[in-house]
Amino acid sequence: MSNDRPDWTSDESDESDGETAREGAQASDRVNPYDEIFERETAEGRQELLDRVHTDPGELDLEEGSILRLPEGLVLDPGDVDVEFGEDETMIINMGPQHPSTHGVLRIMLELQGETVLRSKPVVGYLHTGMEKTGEELTYVQGATNVTRMDYLSPLNNELVYSLAVEELLGIEIPPRATWIRMLMSELNRISSHVMWTATNGMDLASTSMMIYGFREREMILTFFEKTTGLRMNHNYIRPGGVAADLPDGWEDDIEAILDTIPGRVDEYDELLTGQPIFRERTEGVGVIGPELAIAMSATGPILRAAGVPWDLRRAMPYLEYGQLDFDVIVGTVGDTFDRYAVRLNEIRESCKLVRQIAERMPAGDYRAQDKKVTPPPRARIDESMEALIHHFKIFTRGFQVPPGEVYTAIESPRGELGCYLVANGTNKPHRLHVRGPSFVNLQSLPAMLRGGLIADAIAIISSVDPVMGEVDR
Amino acid sequence: MTDDVTDDVTDDVTDATTGYATDDVAGAATDAGTAAVVPVDANPVLADVPRLFVRGHLVLHPSREQYFATCQALHEDSFTMCSDLCGVDYLRHPGRDLPASVEPQRFEVAVQVLSMERVERVSIRVQVPESDPVVPSVVRIWPGADAMEREAFDMFGLRFEGHPDMTRILMPEDWEGHPLRKDYAPGRVPVQFKEAPGPR
Repeated sequence: MSNDRPDWTSDESDESDGETAREGAQASDRVNPYDEIFERETAEGRQELLDRVHTDPGELDLEEGSILRLPEGLVLDPGDVDVEFGEDETMIINMGPQHPSTHGVLRIMLELQGETVLRSKPVVGYLHTGMEKTGEELTYVQGATNVTRMDYLSPLNNELVYSLAVEELLGIEIPPRATWIRMLMSELNRISSHVMWTATNGMDLASTSMMIYGFREREMILTFFEKTTGLRMNHNYIRPGGVAADLPDGWEDDIEAILDTIPGRVDEYDELLTGQPIFRERTEGVGVIGPELAIAMSATGPILRAAGVPWDLRRAMPYLEYGQLDFDVIVGTVGDTFDRYAVRLNEIRESCKLVRQIAERMPAGDYRAQDKKVTPPPRARIDESMEALIHHFKIFTRGFQVPPGEVYTAIESPRGELGCYLVANGTNKPHRLHVRGPSFVNLQSLPAMLRGGLIADAIAIISSVDPVMGEVDR
Repeated sequence: MTDDVTDDVTDDVTDATTGYATDDVAGAATDAGTAAVVPVDANPVLADVPRLFVRGHLVLHPSREQYFATCQALHEDSFTMCSDLCGVDYLRHPGRDLPASVEPQRFEVAVQVLSMERVERVSIRVQVPESDPVVPSVVRIWPGADAMEREAFDMFGLRFEGHPDMTRILMPEDWEGHPLRKDYAPGRVPVQFKEAPGPR
């Protein structure tokens, strides 16, 4: 890479002497007092795709896309891409961050030879709002409002993984009804997220009707969410200790209406897209990623399953009560864009099956743990019990304390393995809240998928990765 | 709609329209779980690595010198996926559960690796001193750790030695400091109002 890399072994100065450096800089006649700090702390180089001349030949052999390096045994054959190019015949262009097909503010630098993509590099961070830092300033009670905004297409899954992490450290038991409500909501969320993906994917491949249809079905589920949680998105519904409220009266009818509609509509999408020659031409054999590479690149979710690896955390490492439910793990065979589409489409059907089973077996009982230190008392108790009032006040002002420890929990979100690494220090706020966003990690396999393809295929491939930039940048 | 009807719909669609089989992997996963008779930590390479069992979950605490070899041994033992890698700054939380032989340091790199054969996760936690925040990169073992190591570098200033592209990933490249460090003051960056002269 670039030659101006700093010497890493040199003693790196601490934040505290940033002040002295600034004073020193002001003492001399520097135009910008921050220059010196910039040089010291930011001399690690450019984030963009660098010119080929900066890459040494050994590196270039291993290189498949600027950020992608393959392990030994998986080294790419340089003759893999069937184009000949001179050193000065390629062109590096930017796609995004404001490109309609990039699903937000994703910027991809592409090295092109004619219309063929040689190398590429996703550049992210345009939506970075420091949510992991914010999470350290919020109590555990408030934390769910923060994580729910990360992956805004599957907010309930974010809340779920965070709540599971907090509960594991607290060591509290969740009543069965809360667990089943959580499963119901996260499966509905998976349907709405996949339907939304089908819509935007259709839009990217110029099937505008699909866009409208997908949003129509998503709205149906969001209406149910609004009825249950009070909000269409960013629910803060699944909280440490259970869920915020019981299911509304008549929820069975709403679920029945959803289940009567969605499978039929999915069949319609199937007819609209799967059988359509243009759609198939644009997706089949495009952006292929094999199982070994997908695992090496830590890709999870539909990308991994489309490559033929039957890995679904709901089945492999069951959390909640997924072990009791009957569903199929959908896998593809080729690992191309069409497989990823087919996996998602069929996962909607599997989620419908799951929602039906969950609704039939929904147990009665409490919807949150009866732990006075963790969950607030019922509203009616506050008027009659002093202790209830105190507990309520304490929970919503100070929150509860979590014993020190570290935990990693992971669930299967619509996009893959959603993990939460939580470090507690015994206070009412997390010491460190790290969310392993599946979109962030899945984006790494993009250069492998794009390589050797046409620039027009890039649109289809980016869409098939299903990145949600809120989760990528957090 | 009864269960029978739903099943019919699913079968029809799976076979006729997409041509993709819906595989049931319950059997496969259980077989793999029972076949793994040798526990992970019986590996001779890991013999010297301090370890703890936290809630039944293996947590390895290699030193920085042992870290790369530990990762390599785990990778050879079917831990083919690096699920997560993140930095932690323990500046204001010095006391924590560590094996007796491990000296706590300010920074820590926490790695979660996954074996699909064993259906098991193992955590690796490496102590990184503040004076020399350098850790060997595991990108050569798990290429998927690439973006995660860049994030840890960006957020904590931990240098991953041997990483092919050690640049910031979330913050702008001219950013000053590493935001998730506990002594990083969020207000240190002056708020820039319109037309006001700023430092950049």
